[in-house]
Amino acid sequence: MYTFPFDSEETPLHEKLGGKCTSLAIMTKAGAPVPPGFAVTTDAFDAVMRQTNLLAEIKALIGGLDHDNVTAVDKVSEIIRGLIMELEVPESVHQETHRAYDALMDQCGGEVPVAVRSSATAEDLPDASFAGQQDTYLWIIGRSNVMQKIRECWASLYTSRAITYRQANNIDEDGLSMAVAVQKMVNSRTSGVAMTIDPSNGDRSKIVIDSSWGLGEMVVSGEVTPDNFLLDKVMLHPIRSIISDKHEELIPDGQGGIVRREVDEARRNSSSLSNDELIAVARLAKSAEKHYGCVQDIEWAIDADLPEGKNVLLLQSRPETVWSQKPVEVKYTSMGSGIEAITNSLMAQLGDRMGKTGS
Amino acid sequence: MSLKRKSFDSPYDLKAPAGAEGWQELYPYNLVFRDNLREKEDKKFWFCDSQHWPNVFKPFETIGVEFAVRCLGAYNTRHYIIPPANGIEFRIHNGFCYMSPVGVAPELIPDRVPHFLQRAGHYFQNWDSLLENWKKKVHATIEEMDAIEFQALPEMVDWSVVESGAGIDPTAKMMADYDRLIQLAYQNWEYHFEFLNLGYVAYLDFFGFCKESFPGIPDLAIAKMVMGVDSVLFRPDDELKNLAMMASNLGLGEVFANNVGAAAVLAKLAETEKGREWTIAWNNAQNPWFNYTSGNGFYGSDVYWRDHLDLPMGYVQDYVARAVKGEQLHRPKDALIVERDRIAGEYSELLSGEALATFNGKLGLARTVYPYVEDHNFYIEHWTMGVFWRKVRQLSRILHGYGFWNQPDDMLYLTRDEVRPVLFDLATGWGVGADCIAPSYWPEEIERRRKIVDALATARPEPAFNEPPAEINEPFTIMLWGITTEQVAQWLGSDDDDPNALKGMAASPGVVEGIARVITGPEQLDQLKSGEILVAPVTAPSWGPVFGKITATVTDIGGMMSHAAIVCREYGLPAVTGTGSASTKIKTGMKIRVDGSNGKVEILG
Repeated sequence: MYTFPFDSEETPLHEKLGGKCTSLAIMTKAGAPVPPGFAVTTDAFDAVMRQTNLLAEIKALIGGLDHDNVTAVDKVSEIIRGLIMELEVPESVHQETHRAYDALMDQCGGEVPVAVRSSATAEDLPDASFAGQQDTYLWIIGRSNVMQKIRECWASLYTSRAITYRQANNIDEDGLSMAVAVQKMVNSRTSGVAMTIDPSNGDRSKIVIDSSWGLGEMVVSGEVTPDNFLLDKVMLHPIRSIISDKHEELIPDGQGGIVRREVDEARRNSSSLSNDELIAVARLAKSAEKHYGCVQDIEWAIDADLPEGKNVLLLQSRPETVWSQKPVEVKYTSMGSGIEAITNSLMAQLGDRMGKTGS
Repeated sequence: MSLKRKSFDSPYDLKAPAGAEGWQELYPYNLVFRDNLREKEDKKFWFCDSQHWPNVFKPFETIGVEFAVRCLGAYNTRHYIIPPANGIEFRIHNGFCYMSPVGVAPELIPDRVPHFLQRAGHYFQNWDSLLENWKKKVHATIEEMDAIEFQALPEMVDWSVVESGAGIDPTAKMMADYDRLIQLAYQNWEYHFEFLNLGYVAYLDFFGFCKESFPGIPDLAIAKMVMGVDSVLFRPDDELKNLAMMASNLGLGEVFANNVGAAAVLAKLAETEKGREWTIAWNNAQNPWFNYTSGNGFYGSDVYWRDHLDLPMGYVQDYVARAVKGEQLHRPKDALIVERDRIAGEYSELLSGEALATFNGKLGLARTVYPYVEDHNFYIEHWTMGVFWRKVRQLSRILHGYGFWNQPDDMLYLTRDEVRPVLFDLATGWGVGADCIAPSYWPEEIERRRKIVDALATARPEPAFNEPPAEINEPFTIMLWGITTEQVAQWLGSDDDDPNALKGMAASPGVVEGIARVITGPEQLDQLKSGEILVAPVTAPSWGPVFGKITATVTDIGGMMSHAAIVCREYGLPAVTGTGSASTKIKTGMKIRVDGSNGKVEILG
C-alpha cells in the first residue's frame, strides 16, 4: 500500500505514515477540521530505495563522517540527495500516487494547489523534537510537480541538518524511512499556532495563540511578530490580547506560487482574528488536546474561501514537549479548607495590603 | 494611564444643588459630614453606594442604611472578630449614600485570630442547622410584624377596657407597636448579616485559591462553579411562569390576552371552573412569593407585588402570550447544572494531590454557604421590608387622616425618631380633647423638605470623595460593589479616554449589538421592547420577567455578584456591570455593543 487517504477507514500506522500523516489521519477520523489529503507511505519510500543498493551506499558515505565537519557533511548530503533525485520511481508507486492525487482533486472540485510535506517516522516524538528538520513545499499544482516534490521530501531525509541531528542524538541510520503528506493547500487569510499551555509559567489552564495575516510560515519562522492571545482553557475566555504590527504576509499569487507582500496600513495593526475566530481556534486546540490526552501544539489556519463557522482548519497537531514536562510550582497562601484555611486567606490579603501601602 | 486628577473632591467643598440648601437638617446628625470633623473625614476615601441607594433618601428611609450597614459592621467587629476587617462607615451627602471601609490596626490583628477561629468555625461547622434556625427566627419576626395593625383611635375607649379594668387606652398600644415595628426591622437586619459575611469569606477563600492555581481565571468561571441554580430569589418569577404555563394548559390564554389589569382578569376567571382553579393557584402563590419589590427594599416608595397585583398579573400576561406560542419560559436549569459541573470538572482535572483536595474542599464549602448569599435577599429585602413598608404606610395614612400632612405617604419626610413625638402629639390631642399641633406644623415643614429632596434628586451623586488608596484590594469592596483600582481611575478620568467606550466588570459573557433602553426606575420597565439592551443604574430581582425579553444588560454599579450579573448568567445574556456612568452616557435609542466577556461597552451611534 503506497498511499493512504487521510479519511481512510483503515487504521493509520505510525511506521507507515510517519508522525505528521498519522496525526492528520487520526484527526480526520475524529472529525477535526483537517484539509483533505493523503499520505505517500514509507512503503513507497522503501520500494524506491530498495530497488538498488542505495541504502548500503548511503550508510557507507555517512558512516565515516565527522558531524562537526560542516563542509564534509554538506558535501555528502548533496551527493546522497542527488542520488535519490535521480532514482527511477517504480511504476506501481507512480500509478498509485497519481490515482490518490486525482481522487483528492476530485474531492476538491477541480485542480487546486497542494502542500507537500515530509512525514518522518522519527519526527514528532514527544521526547525528540524533530520538527522542522524536513522540508515543506507549498502551492504545488499538477501531478508531475507533486511527484517531483515527493522525491525532494524523500531526499530531505539526508539534508546536512538531518544527518547532523541524527549523529548528535545517536539515532540509528538503519530503518529510517519517510512518508510524505499531500494535502489541499489552505487559502489562509489568517494563520498561526496555538498551544494548550501557557509557556511562560507552564499553566495548563490556558491556551496561547499566535496569529498573523496570510500563511503561517512567517509565524513559525519568526519573521513577523504575530498577535498574541491568552485564553482560559475551560471558559474559552480571552484573558490577554496583544495586537502587534504585522508588517508582512505570505499569500498565494494565483499562479501556484506564493508572494511576500507588505500588509496594508489598515490591517497591520488590527487584530488578525475576530473574537469568534479566536474562540474557534482555541476550541480547536482544546479538542486536539482532549483527543490526544496531552498538551498539544497545533498549527491552524482560517481559509478565505470557506464559509464562517467552517473556515477554521487544523493543519497539524503534535504533543508539546518542553513546557508540559516541567512541574508547575504554585505558591499557595491557603491550602486545605475550612476555617483555618479561610483565616489564612484573610491574613494573606492583609499582608498584601500592608505590602502595597508600604507600612 | 495618566490621570487628569489624582483625587476626588472633598464632600465639604461640594455645594448642594440649587434649592437643596440646608439638606443636612433633614437627616440624623450622625449621618452627615459635620464641619468640625472635616480634618478627620477628609482623610478617608468615600465611595458612593448607588447600588443599594440609587435615589435620594427621604428622611425616614435612612433606616435602611443605618440598620443594614451597622449590622454588617457589628458581625465583623463584634460577633466574628474578623481579623483584618471591621465594618463600613457610612454618611449621607447631598441625599446619597457614601461608604468607607474600616480596617483593623495591624498590632490588634493577631489577638483577634483565635476568636475568629472559634466563632466563625462554629458557624461553618453547624451551617445547616444554624441556617434552619435562622429561617425560623426570620419567619417569626415577619409574622410578628405582619400582625401589627395601626388603626385610627376610637371616639371613646372601648367598653371592654372599662369593664375589665384594663385601664389603658389604645395610644399606648399604637406607640408600642410603632416601637416594636422599628425593633423588629432592626432584628431581621441583624439576622441578615449573621451568615452573609461568612458566606463571602468562604467564597473569597475559594476565589483566591482559584486565582493562584489558574492565574487570570475569569471571575465569571469562579462564580459559575459556586452558583446555585435554585435560588429562592428567582422563585417569585418562577411562580409567575408556572401560573402562565398553567393558564396555557387550561386553555385560558384568551382571558390573559388583553392588558386589562388584575381585577378584570380575576373577574373573568371567576366565571369558569378552570378559571377558578387557576385563581386558587394564583392566591396560593402570593404568600410569600408576592412579597417581592420592584425596587430593592430600601425605599418607602418601593412597589411590592402583593400590594399591586397589576404588576405580577402584567408579567403573567406576557408569559401566557409566550407560553401559548409554545415558548420555553423556564430558565435552562439542567443546562446550567451541566455547565457548572463541566467547569468545575475541567479545572479540577488540572490539579492533583493536595491542591486537588484543597480545590474540592473549598469549592464544597463555597457551595454550601453560597445559596444563603443569594437567598437571604428574598427573606429580608423583599419579604421583611415589604411588610415593614406596608405598616409604615398604614400608619402614615392614619395620621394623614388626622390632617397631619398633605399626602398619604408623607410620613416618609420625617425621620423615624421624629415620628415618635408625632404619635404623642396625637395621643395628647386625642386624650385632652383638643386640637393636635401636627396639622399646624408638619404640612408646611414637609412641603419645605419635599422641595429639598426634589432639588437633591436633580443631580447625580459624585462617585467618590477624597484621595483613593493607590490600590483597591479590599476584597469585599471589589466583589460587592465592583469598585476596582481601574474603576476608580476611570471615574477620575484618564487622558486616553474614548468618549464612546465604557469599561466595567465582565459579569456575563458574550457579545451583542443592539438598541439601548435606559431604565432608571421600575415604573419605566414597560417601555422595554423585545430585543433591546437594558441600561440601568442598577437592576432589582423583581425585574426578572424582563430578562426574557432583552439581549444584554449594562449597569452603573455592581460587581460579579450583583443582581444583574447573577440573572444574566442564568439567562445566558451578556452583561457589563459597574461601568460607573452607562445610564447617563448612553441614551435610549443609541446603538451599542456590549462585550460581556471583556467588560466593554461601545456606543456605535
